[in-house]
Amino acid sequence: MAHQSNYQPKTAFTRWMDSRLPVIRMAYDTILDFPTPRNLNYMWTFGGILTFFLGLQIITGVILAMHYTADTSVAFDSIEYLMRNVNYGWLMRYTHAVGASMFFVAVYLHIFRGLYYGSYKAPREILWIIGVLIFLAMIATSFMGYSLVWGQMSFWAVTVITNLFSSLDSIVNGLGTAIVQWIWGDFSVSDATLNRLFSLHYLLPFVIAGLVGLHIWALHVPGNNNPIGVDLRDPKREAVPFHPYYTAKDLFALTAFLLLFAYFVFYLPDYLGHADNYIKANPLQTPPHIVPEWYFLPFYAILRAIPSKLGGVIAMFSSIGVLFFIPWLDTSSERSARYRPIYKWFFWLLAIACVALGYLGSKPPEGGYLVAARIFTAYYFIHFLIIMPIVGVIETPKPRPRTIADAIFKGGGQASGYAAQPAAAAAEKR
Amino acid sequence: MATTMDDPVTRRDFIHIAATAFAGVGAAAALWPLIDQMNPDATALSLGSVEIDLAPVQEGQAITVVWRGKPIFVRNRTPKEVEEAKAVPIDELKDPIARVMGLTGEEPATDQNLTKGGHEKWLIAIGICTHLGCIPKGQKPGDERGEYGGWFCPCHGSQYDTAGRIRKGPAPRNLEIPPYQFESDTKIKIG
Repeated sequence: MAHQSNYQPKTAFTRWMDSRLPVIRMAYDTILDFPTPRNLNYMWTFGGILTFFLGLQIITGVILAMHYTADTSVAFDSIEYLMRNVNYGWLMRYTHAVGASMFFVAVYLHIFRGLYYGSYKAPREILWIIGVLIFLAMIATSFMGYSLVWGQMSFWAVTVITNLFSSLDSIVNGLGTAIVQWIWGDFSVSDATLNRLFSLHYLLPFVIAGLVGLHIWALHVPGNNNPIGVDLRDPKREAVPFHPYYTAKDLFALTAFLLLFAYFVFYLPDYLGHADNYIKANPLQTPPHIVPEWYFLPFYAILRAIPSKLGGVIAMFSSIGVLFFIPWLDTSSERSARYRPIYKWFFWLLAIACVALGYLGSKPPEGGYLVAARIFTAYYFIHFLIIMPIVGVIETPKPRPRTIADAIFKGGGQASGYAAQPAAAAAEKR
Repeated sequence: MATTMDDPVTRRDFIHIAATAFAGVGAAAALWPLIDQMNPDATALSLGSVEIDLAPVQEGQAITVVWRGKPIFVRNRTPKEVEEAKAVPIDELKDPIARVMGLTGEEPATDQNLTKGGHEKWLIAIGICTHLGCIPKGQKPGDERGEYGGWFCPCHGSQYDTAGRIRKGPAPRNLEIPPYQFESDTKIKIG
């Protein structure tokens, strides 16, 4: 339901502009007038929060690049200089570093919102796939950004992650090594490596921005999903214009989220990082315990859960790759898990498995930790590949409101000047 | 050249296909410099070599030197460690191949193939875990050396024996042996 444009240019200039490059019309249609379901809950505010954080990361990142030197001999010192001497340098760096963490907090909530309410289902498959691409680009960007600090954790994270490609040696002898050396530009992680990581770290956020544009475009063709998972039938009754209703709500949610953000920036700026990254990179000494940033821990746990090198790498990439296919793995005709009595439990099991994998990723891969990581890794894949297709077929959804209007105007009374549906319709199944 | 309806393949079709194919080959060729610029350059490729004086390394001790930006483990093994390394049957190994730079990749990972004749007590290996590139522990006297007395990788728990062979853990291969020669009984040249 790509909605009809209601834009009316009022001045001579806007009329002139509208017949040449209708950007004002586009902004009006997408930001101000876009008909948005009235029943969205606060889980729908993370899209706006994420957009804000992308902007914040780009602005602080451009500023940090003014003070950073991508040279292995001085990279670490240039950041210490920034922290101690550059005016507000500490604020720029902590905002950027904590901002990356908050970006992932928001994106994980956004992804699980989509999983719970079935926002990936027809007609929003492309919207979902672009979202997974954004997530992949975010992973690459944050990994590269972390490497630029050139502390011990930075260096060894680059070493370990780039070495993942050497697992291809077990398929074609020498191929993996050739790829790794191509990535490094040397026989070890070196100055050449740091420079290309910096170049790409500066590039990728703009790729993300482009993908976000496509994501919003793809969102605005079918419009927002909503908690009951039913399409808009009667936008006049069931939707409100994005502005001022959702701009105000999103700004309120953003403000609340920024309180959390500010708490970390000003009181716990290094809490989410690792102390070893304040030790300059030393290629001859591996830290006793290498851990990635917290937002990669579940994937790290999956990597280490598999006892074969190539197998671990395949499992780790597949854990994200499988997300591309879930619009087709989920066989249920019901979008929202709110009306899916069986699937709902499996959803929460998945959420628990992901949190547990995050915890296990921070622990050494031995004993009970390893066994638990294997169990949760198995569940992660079983959830998507087996449970999703089967539960969708065997489950009988609970009764749900036939339309959004039924859900929000229940009781049969008058609401917002619109006639509400009779109460009986609320229990009726489609 | 006249064409008729009976002859659907025209001279123009041929020119189109040939031109497109040629442009495609040209575009692919133009792409190569953009990819190859990322490969190690001549400076990195020039092997370089380092000479190491082995005299100060006492029996049972080990030192780490740098060659090509990589740590090289130099270990003076005790006679007991050498005997243990020699006694391991090849079919017990996780990776039965001697990963020696310059060898064909067919030789079995016997202790003999991993060291130089007459200098069996010296094990010279690239100190990079073949799993994900961490530096295994075991060079310093107090380090954890794993169940096989060689090296223990702290990252993901791979364990190597005194001949640098992978025995346990996720690493797929034995430690790599760099090219080196004995210049004298107490001096080697790597590279």
